[in-house]
Amino acid sequence: MWGYYLEQLIGSLPLFLKGLGITAAVSILSLVGGTIIGFFLGVIRAGGIKPVRFLIGGWVDLIRGTPFLVQLFIVFFIFPDVGIHLDALPAAVLSLTNLSACFICEIVAGGILAVPAGQKEAAAASGLSAYQQMRYLVMPQAMPTILPPLVGQYVLLIKDSSVISVIGVVDITRVGWLTVQRIPEGLMVFGLVGILYFIICYPIIRFSNLLEKRMKFGKYRF
Amino acid sequence: MLQAFNFRIILEYMPLYSQCFMATLWLSAVSLIGALLIGTAACAMRIGHYRPLARIAVIYIESIRSTPLLAQLYLVYFGLPSLGIRMSEEMTGILVLTLNSGAYMAEIIRGGIQSIPSGHIEAGIASGLNYFQRMRYIILPPALGATLPAMLGQAIVLVKDSALLSLISIMELTRAGQILTSERFMPVEGFLTTAAFYLLIYYILKSLTSWSQKRLIFREIH
Repeated sequence: MWGYYLEQLIGSLPLFLKGLGITAAVSILSLVGGTIIGFFLGVIRAGGIKPVRFLIGGWVDLIRGTPFLVQLFIVFFIFPDVGIHLDALPAAVLSLTNLSACFICEIVAGGILAVPAGQKEAAAASGLSAYQQMRYLVMPQAMPTILPPLVGQYVLLIKDSSVISVIGVVDITRVGWLTVQRIPEGLMVFGLVGILYFIICYPIIRFSNLLEKRMKFGKYRF
Repeated sequence: MLQAFNFRIILEYMPLYSQCFMATLWLSAVSLIGALLIGTAACAMRIGHYRPLARIAVIYIESIRSTPLLAQLYLVYFGLPSLGIRMSEEMTGILVLTLNSGAYMAEIIRGGIQSIPSGHIEAGIASGLNYFQRMRYIILPPALGATLPAMLGQAIVLVKDSALLSLISIMELTRAGQILTSERFMPVEGFLTTAAFYLLIYYILKSLTSWSQKRLIFREIH
């Protein structure tokens, strides 16, 4: 029996690879979007005017304080109520992008705030514009603090993307869920799902650890 | 949307919500305690001197950290019956949450232990303390203090992760939102109320986190 199921599972391997493609596509889209928006928000959060800072902080708290599943349901089920109809895939990308933007915003703001104030004052005293200060002084010094958790955040994002299977996006987890209805060997099917995620996530985790070790030496110390 | 927001329905469903709120708290608390125990054990195995045990701990920690919780949940939920083990949904959920958080806890505890200067440990060895005495009197008290903020952060993650248990039909906060949505077709009321309850837990845990961080800074000065 077991051998028969294994044969079936190998037969549906193309389906799993398709799911892997969807997971990768959704993750990369929201990763790029989340990074751009997150950096933008993080810079403002660390140095913008107070009401805006407060607003971003409040939004980040709302997103960090609720489960991603609930956020996904809100986007998928409540947005149609206010007239925004989204298919499952755009809804998934939208909520994942928002989630990663909020977490990245906190990482970036933390990194910028960790740069000693004297550095910024020196830059301002040298007559650099706000953009120049950020570009040539603050960001290069903040990067070693930002990079390792940023890469770690990408792993969390890929793992969180499994939740989008709930609203019907056919990613790896969804393929596993569909397959297990035909092949009632949960260990085998979700073992394969786990292995596929592991193949993507583990190298990134190792890379994040490596960055952390490297960056220890580049960091500004006082 | 806001004009149509129906508070009476929420009031009507309040008993369900408070029951589910307690269920979320209970599930998270039990899993948190379990995760602390497993995390301590896994960490002890990982930093211990016995190679095979350390390898098992590394495999456990890395495979949990590289795969999504949802895949782990489905693996156990669909996988255990094919091994002939029958468990209630609640037990499955608690088991998965515990194992998942345990791996992260192990890494947090390891970080805390490694933050102890090696001079302290050497002083302990020189004073003739054995391994358990060193752990009990030199390493663990400051290590636990240093890791408290990170552990509370993991507790926040755990509460949010417990939302996924609704997918294997455990009654908890997210499930309450789904029930209100499907019985009355009111996703707005249903999921926003759910989100509000999660935010309540989040803000309590967050203020505990900042309290523990302040206490930590205070202790480092002295």
